[in-house]
Amino acid sequence: MAIFCTRETKILIQGITGRDGSFHAKSMLGYGTNIVAGVTPGRGGQTFEGKVPVFDTVKDAVAATGAEASVIFVPPSGAAGAVFEAADAGCKLVVCITEGVPTLDMVKVMPYLAERGVRLVGPNCPGFINPGQKAKLGIMPTNIVAPGPVGLISRSGTLTYEVVDALTRAGLGQTTCLGIGGDPVIGTNFMDALQAFHADPETQALVMIGEIGGDAEERAADFVKANMKIPVVSFIAGRTAPPGKRMGHAGAIVSGGSGTAAEKKKALESAGIPVADRPADVVPLLQQIWKR
Amino acid sequence: MNIHEYQAKDIFRDAGLTVPPGGIATTVEEALSLARGLGLPVMVKSQVLAGGRGKAGGVKFCKTEDDVRTHAGNILGMDIKGHTVRKVLVTPAETIAAEFYLGMLVDRASRRVLLMASAEGGVEIEKVAVEKPEAILKHAIDPRFGLLDHEAMAVALRLDPDVKRARQLADAMQKLYKAFLAADASLAEINPFIFTDQGVGKAIDAKINLDDNALFRHPGYAALRDLDEENPSERMAREADLSFVKLDGNVGCLVNGAGLAMATMDLVQYYGGRPANFLDIGGSSNPDKVVNALRIILGDPNVEVILFNIFGGITRCDDVARGIIAATERMEIKVPIVVRLTGTNEAEARELLAKTDLVGAATMDEAVQKALALAGK
Repeated sequence: MAIFCTRETKILIQGITGRDGSFHAKSMLGYGTNIVAGVTPGRGGQTFEGKVPVFDTVKDAVAATGAEASVIFVPPSGAAGAVFEAADAGCKLVVCITEGVPTLDMVKVMPYLAERGVRLVGPNCPGFINPGQKAKLGIMPTNIVAPGPVGLISRSGTLTYEVVDALTRAGLGQTTCLGIGGDPVIGTNFMDALQAFHADPETQALVMIGEIGGDAEERAADFVKANMKIPVVSFIAGRTAPPGKRMGHAGAIVSGGSGTAAEKKKALESAGIPVADRPADVVPLLQQIWKR
Repeated sequence: MNIHEYQAKDIFRDAGLTVPPGGIATTVEEALSLARGLGLPVMVKSQVLAGGRGKAGGVKFCKTEDDVRTHAGNILGMDIKGHTVRKVLVTPAETIAAEFYLGMLVDRASRRVLLMASAEGGVEIEKVAVEKPEAILKHAIDPRFGLLDHEAMAVALRLDPDVKRARQLADAMQKLYKAFLAADASLAEINPFIFTDQGVGKAIDAKINLDDNALFRHPGYAALRDLDEENPSERMAREADLSFVKLDGNVGCLVNGAGLAMATMDLVQYYGGRPANFLDIGGSSNPDKVVNALRIILGDPNVEVILFNIFGGITRCDDVARGIIAATERMEIKVPIVVRLTGTNEAEARELLAKTDLVGAATMDEAVQKALALAGK
């Protein structure tokens, strides 16, 4: 069944007429994603690609189409505002692709979402794709995924594609490929994603792609050890990252001696989760421990 | 972006915290004249973006003008963890009856600003966190209501049972939160917050890290950036809007995506090599961006080979290949270049590369191995 949404979930796109929004909206539509509306203030009444109605506000879009989820492609200064708007309009799932959102904006958004029972994915993430459901909420390339039993969680974008591509080439399709984002404050974290995959009967194996910074991987390891029976393998990027330097992602930093790749590897391995030395080893490692 | 103590103190003053006066000197003469104006004794404090300044001998108590001459003379030009001291802060020396640690940071797990406070002030808080974690009190601040009076007071009273002093501590915590929000900080610390023998509370040290993502709404903070503290190649990268970190190896890496860029560096090391840098070139195939990236990397004389690792995804690989070829044709490049491109139209991309001197590779592992074989040849 995959996680977070199905082929029936009605999706709208905030920022659908922008440069990035329109490019990715076309790709999402081309994949078969159920996009029912777009939102760009001042563009209400127009149609996108001859079939998707555009509205001035999310509220209008939800009222007219019954949209339940939103994917956000708006610039960083307006990204938190767009998340508030989607939640206020009743969207229960919000995926924020935008990179470069001020961290305190996200801190402010979180209790608002919690009160309304809204799930946020991102920001600064590639979103997710459910190949068996033909649903793509984000920017992942569709040509490298395939339907199947493997779930994937990652803090990164292209590194995720690298591993997804290897899975697909090995004949291992995916229930959901989820990029949770590289910022310090994100909506859905490793733990939340694990809980969702744990509740999905179709996901029979799991790949976790972590990186330096924070201790989300360590917490995830504890959850896996305590709760999950399906095979889980991992890869951690950033073994060679110098301490105190931000490695591209705002959240990818070793600070005060903690958040290192070595610590994460240790925590994962002591929870029985094998950690690949190279991205190319992830799939063989999974095949090794997965008794089908 | 990290800023100096004296800059952080200005932000603290604006938020209403009590901070001793002081001035910045770049010469011994300036330091002397500041000391005379403030009145002896003073502290002379090196201003570098590195921790452990005191341990390194970069913070000195000066009782006399001769002390100021000696210490300012020693500290100016001193190297602290690879940072050259170019300025010192001259500030009155306070009598310290008690010292505390007050800090705030964005906590990933609670997704809130976390107040941290400890009666173990004046020492490295990272050390306290490891050796005596129970000595650090924590409170996650609800962004809707801020740090409420009773919340601040509850923490303060556990730090110091004296009500008068606890009130001052609580007030300082609330003002620290105000400063944190006003500056869009990712970290703000007062270490130590002291009480003088008269019972007056003061922030005698200050540290603030700013959230790079929020700098766009603080145009004034551009002036706080200390260009002397920035590695020249990192400055070029920042100005070209590229995410770059300089390392000390010989394999120059250009990768799209931060996670893949880290994994590429790791793979270089896995095969026994050493990466020269972290560089995320992003999803663009724009030759100008590639030229900028190559200039930054080739500015490092250690670089003996260049490794492109691009997972195209939606981006068309033939476009990226054309961008790389155009960029390399516009520059004189004396080191070999290995290019790995995967994704849409990768076959076309490989055909384009085959007509050039660039070395193609199909996988990340192949690319890294080829780059290492070519390094230094």
